[in-house]
Amino acid sequence: MSSRKSKSNSLIHAECLSQVQRILRERFCHQSPHSNLFGAQVQYKHLSELLKRTAIHGESNSVLIIGPRGSGKTMLINHALKELMEIEEVSENILQVHLNGLLQINDKIALKEITRQLNLENVVGDKVFGSFAENLSFLLEALKKGDRTSSCPVIFILDEFDLFTHHKNQTLLYNLFDISQSAQTPIAVIGLTCRLDILELLEKRVKSRFSHRQIHLMNSFGFPQYVKIFKEQLSLPAEFPEKLFAEKWNENVQCLSEERSVQEVLQKHFNISKNLRSLHMLLMLSLNRVTASHPFMTAVDLMEASQLCSMDSKANIVHGLSVLEICLIIAMKHLNDIYEEEPFNFQMVYNEFQKFVQRKAHSVYNFEKPVVMKAFEHLQQLELIKPVERTSGNSQREYQLMKLLLDNTQIMNALQKYPNCPTDVRQWATSSLSWL
Amino acid sequence: MAHYPTRLKTRKTHSWVGSPLLDRKLHYQTYREMCVKTEGCSTEINIQVGQFVLIKGDDDENPFVAKLLELFEDDSDPPKKHARVQWFVRFCEIPVRKQHLLGRKPAAQEIFWYDYPACNSSVNAETIIGPVRVILLPPNDVVPADLKNEKTLFVKLSWNEKKFRPLSPELFAELNKPQEGAAKCQNSVGAKIKSTESPAWTPAEHVAKRIESRHSASKSRQTPTHPVTPRARKRLELTSLGNSWMSQQASCASLDSPGRTKRKVAFSEITSPSKRSQPDKLQTLSQAPKAPEKTRENGLSYTEDDKKASPERCMILRTRIPALKTIDIRDERTLTPIRGGRSSSVVPSVILKPENIEKRYAKEAETQNEATPTPHRVHRKSSLLTMNRIRQQLRFLGNNKSDQEEKEILPAAEISDSSSEDEKASTPPLPRRTSRTGSRNLRSLKSFLKTPTKTPKKSPKPRTPRCATPQIRSRNLAAQQPASVLEKARLRLHVSAVPESLPCREQEFQDIYNFVESKLLDHTGGCMYISGVPGTGKTATVHEVIRCLQQAAQANDVPPFQYIEVNGMKLTEPHQVYVQILQKLTGQKATANHAAELLAKRFCTRGSPQETTILLVDELDLLWTHKQDVMYNLFDWPTHKKARLVVLAIANTMDLPERIMMNRVSSRLGLTRMSFQPYTYSQLQQILRSRLKHLKAFEDDAIQLVARKVAALSGDARRCLDICRRATEICQFSEQKPNSPGLVTIAHSMEAVDEMFSSSYIMAIKNSSILEQGFLRAILAEFHRSGLEEATFQQIYSQHVALCRMEGLPYPTMSETMAVCSRLGSCRLLLVEPSRNDLLLRVRLNVSQDDVLYALKEE
Repeated sequence: MSSRKSKSNSLIHAECLSQVQRILRERFCHQSPHSNLFGAQVQYKHLSELLKRTAIHGESNSVLIIGPRGSGKTMLINHALKELMEIEEVSENILQVHLNGLLQINDKIALKEITRQLNLENVVGDKVFGSFAENLSFLLEALKKGDRTSSCPVIFILDEFDLFTHHKNQTLLYNLFDISQSAQTPIAVIGLTCRLDILELLEKRVKSRFSHRQIHLMNSFGFPQYVKIFKEQLSLPAEFPEKLFAEKWNENVQCLSEERSVQEVLQKHFNISKNLRSLHMLLMLSLNRVTASHPFMTAVDLMEASQLCSMDSKANIVHGLSVLEICLIIAMKHLNDIYEEEPFNFQMVYNEFQKFVQRKAHSVYNFEKPVVMKAFEHLQQLELIKPVERTSGNSQREYQLMKLLLDNTQIMNALQKYPNCPTDVRQWATSSLSWL
Repeated sequence: MAHYPTRLKTRKTHSWVGSPLLDRKLHYQTYREMCVKTEGCSTEINIQVGQFVLIKGDDDENPFVAKLLELFEDDSDPPKKHARVQWFVRFCEIPVRKQHLLGRKPAAQEIFWYDYPACNSSVNAETIIGPVRVILLPPNDVVPADLKNEKTLFVKLSWNEKKFRPLSPELFAELNKPQEGAAKCQNSVGAKIKSTESPAWTPAEHVAKRIESRHSASKSRQTPTHPVTPRARKRLELTSLGNSWMSQQASCASLDSPGRTKRKVAFSEITSPSKRSQPDKLQTLSQAPKAPEKTRENGLSYTEDDKKASPERCMILRTRIPALKTIDIRDERTLTPIRGGRSSSVVPSVILKPENIEKRYAKEAETQNEATPTPHRVHRKSSLLTMNRIRQQLRFLGNNKSDQEEKEILPAAEISDSSSEDEKASTPPLPRRTSRTGSRNLRSLKSFLKTPTKTPKKSPKPRTPRCATPQIRSRNLAAQQPASVLEKARLRLHVSAVPESLPCREQEFQDIYNFVESKLLDHTGGCMYISGVPGTGKTATVHEVIRCLQQAAQANDVPPFQYIEVNGMKLTEPHQVYVQILQKLTGQKATANHAAELLAKRFCTRGSPQETTILLVDELDLLWTHKQDVMYNLFDWPTHKKARLVVLAIANTMDLPERIMMNRVSSRLGLTRMSFQPYTYSQLQQILRSRLKHLKAFEDDAIQLVARKVAALSGDARRCLDICRRATEICQFSEQKPNSPGLVTIAHSMEAVDEMFSSSYIMAIKNSSILEQGFLRAILAEFHRSGLEEATFQQIYSQHVALCRMEGLPYPTMSETMAVCSRLGSCRLLLVEPSRNDLLLRVRLNVSQDDVLYALKEE
């Protein structure tokens, strides 16, 4: 920026960088079926074979894809569906119904959505006619009419499958599984869930009709693979228009992945969570630091992003408190120490604070009680303290029992970083007896 | 009424004889003759157009009788064979309450000309059984009692759902020469138009009246050629120079108006439930105070009587015109100021429309609302190509409709003119013409009045579920047949595959069969309660029993019965069971309360002798309500003497009657109970073997392993089949050479069993991150310290920090640990309080401590 040469250079870079950011952000935020599958080849094969059999042979199936959040369940099914639709004779031959347990919160809505997506006769535009009972019998009738060889297979994808089990009588699941186990229209029911105890949630009749196929996605990769994923996720594709820049960028990524500090950051991240979404979060944060004047990602960027990721939210709030509020928190901490985690009330905290101010403090002004009360209430609003029971209107606020929602270690860490903390307050925090 | 295809019937193959005649509708291939061949029998029966035929119906004793008017094949894939017929009715098919109208006893072989245009005249040609001899008798003749041939039927009267009438002479003459008659049948015109008067006439109705009278006058001339009023004739001659494209436009435009469409929608409900089952539905629904009854014989399509005071009226009648299925007849008063100073005028118009075309273009019509072409006449000169061109033209022309109005009248006449010419030239019958003549009259009148025409159009109609025929669309590509042994095995192992017999349930089968059969033979009713854990073949056995009974009923071993099935799980609410039963029993629709009343009336009061009803109630426990009125009613009906209802109730729990039913309900249920035990391992093995008969896909040990595993766990046959199916897949994947005949070994089934039954918790713990594992360790340590199975998050966190310090690891922040905790909570390794994320969150393990220890120790 200082010299003209670098300015012109940075102009080209700015052009490329906006593209880089667009490409990479898209990759981090969207679950595009174009990205690679990591460590789920076996599961993928199982699923796509199953879907193909439904599409080509008209064989009904049901399967659950189970895995923790961010393990790529949706990506797996999207991948499989995309591959399926690429087969020409299949793409014309298949109907898809996508449901989500968070959207279709009961069977009535789910049925309407199914008939809408299947475009049955009681659908006009986006409206579905008929009552719940009519819709159910209508849909069942429709699915019953078909048979294995002549009807178009339907693939039902139930996202957040566990939420469907809370529907009344599990009617929808029973019927879907029943169809999948009888000679009607061929359907494939694919449930996505993160709950490992999903089978226990199914009612016994429903469970018996479910084929008990489960595909587990476990994030079962080790650290070397994690680094490889990191590299792949950050690298630019070969079809990037500015070849030179892409080459440089990829080279830089390669260097980064070999750098020791980066490896440490990644290792730490890997230890906390193998979830690829958290990796995306880290990369996104560090990508934001890339600008025209700072065109290539460095280890420092990653480290700072990692710090942002692992920030303690409560401690951050404590940083923004006033000295009086800090003093109150320290008083509460002492009360906790003395009474072994028993709840306290405002009066106790106020007394403790008074003792401190009268005996020792020179730097802390002896605030009036209403002012201290206000500070106390502010702490409650920040949810750093919480009433033990629900607030009832008639009880006096001074005597309401409270609990501190901060751990000792959190308080001490926060105090150390607290800007311009009076020395005597800090001393008081370390020991309740220090004023003696 | 439940209809069950029977297995016993011999198959018949239908094939065309001769080459297709010119495709008159561009989509049809018409034939003169078809050949029916019975399987296993060398005789072939040739049926020609114009012959009388028997058509398969619900009653095997008395198949429908009809006269074949046309044979054609549509363009669907695979092409379906259709036949257009003129129906005859037997006396027994006439509603009971109307039979007295005949006023005498019908002769044994007497049938009646069915003069009811709303009846669907198109049937699947495959349902034709064979020819029959029908003799027409003059009204004065006596039906010969039991002539030499039992197969001969006699027609003397016609029946139009209202009254019996003698056959008109020309019809009579025409019918007696069936071979040529087909082509000419449309020429005969009945003279039975009786105008229906209503006392008050508005000016507009005077017009209507005039139309009608003229119309009927034109008809009553009964000339063999088509009758034309002079005015229409003149215009016709004047406009015969107009090119056929114009005629196209007009006919299309006349089918185009969206306004029509809407009304059409309203009435499509009426027309679609086809055929005779509810013959008087249409009449009751039409708004006319007096229902149309002046339809003429032999495919005359047009009723013109509904010109009553209702402001606008439209009717769609399903007529028996060959090649034209739907005919819209509507009289509507358009309130447009006209030259003559009249305030309103009646513009009746007749729209003829082949239904197949409509279907075909339903989609297209959606996008091009303007032009739905009806290729009435184009075929004469052209192929599809021209037709397409015309369609494009139309689309273009559709935009300036006002221009068309003038032309429209002329081509309308032109159409009819060309059609009459066409008829003379071509042999296939075109009775549409009669209706055309009517339309011509009306059109000429219209031109006189100069009213803007409404142009109706058919678009995909929004149907209510009431009349829709729900169906998933059929696949474009045929399902692939299994190629390898493993694929064949997989197909047979699918739970949906219905085996020929149900092994291991012979005793239960026999018991249920005997129970139901005895009730059927005694003409009484009764209840049976069947219980058993899921997957023990309860429903399958009952289905098998019903199937056998249906076969027996066909062989006249047991009296015929009606079978109804309801499933508690397929209802939204227990009271809906009434609705379903009523609908399956009678086809009626009613609300739950009303349905309950109707059913109670049917079962509890002494009605006419009816056949026994067998009711299967699956998943009975879901019909439980607080008052238990549903269960009470279900078990109370069979106790009535005249009900003749057999209830088979299925549920999972053996002690359901004692546990959830009130005394009065369980007492009515009675003590006929049956319980299905879970399958033992040898039974499961037998089931698998019987399914895999003659198919060497499994090692014996592999089957045995699966059977033993499943028997030990649940005895659920579905599970067993699913595991075996999975084993075939594993075997197929693991195979190196794709061609080698796969044999499922014990290893494969072991893998499948493991896949389905193994707990995933341990794997999940093993694959979790280090921090997550550390957190689990901290939980164990905290539990160990406190001696409780529950701890707050704060306690665990401090344990965790202590553990990290001990191992020299950097300890995580509170937020990170909280995230870990909620992650483990979301996959239910931990049980955490919902919607609470603070230090006081209580945490429990959802896995046993030993499992956690085992999983963590492995590394």
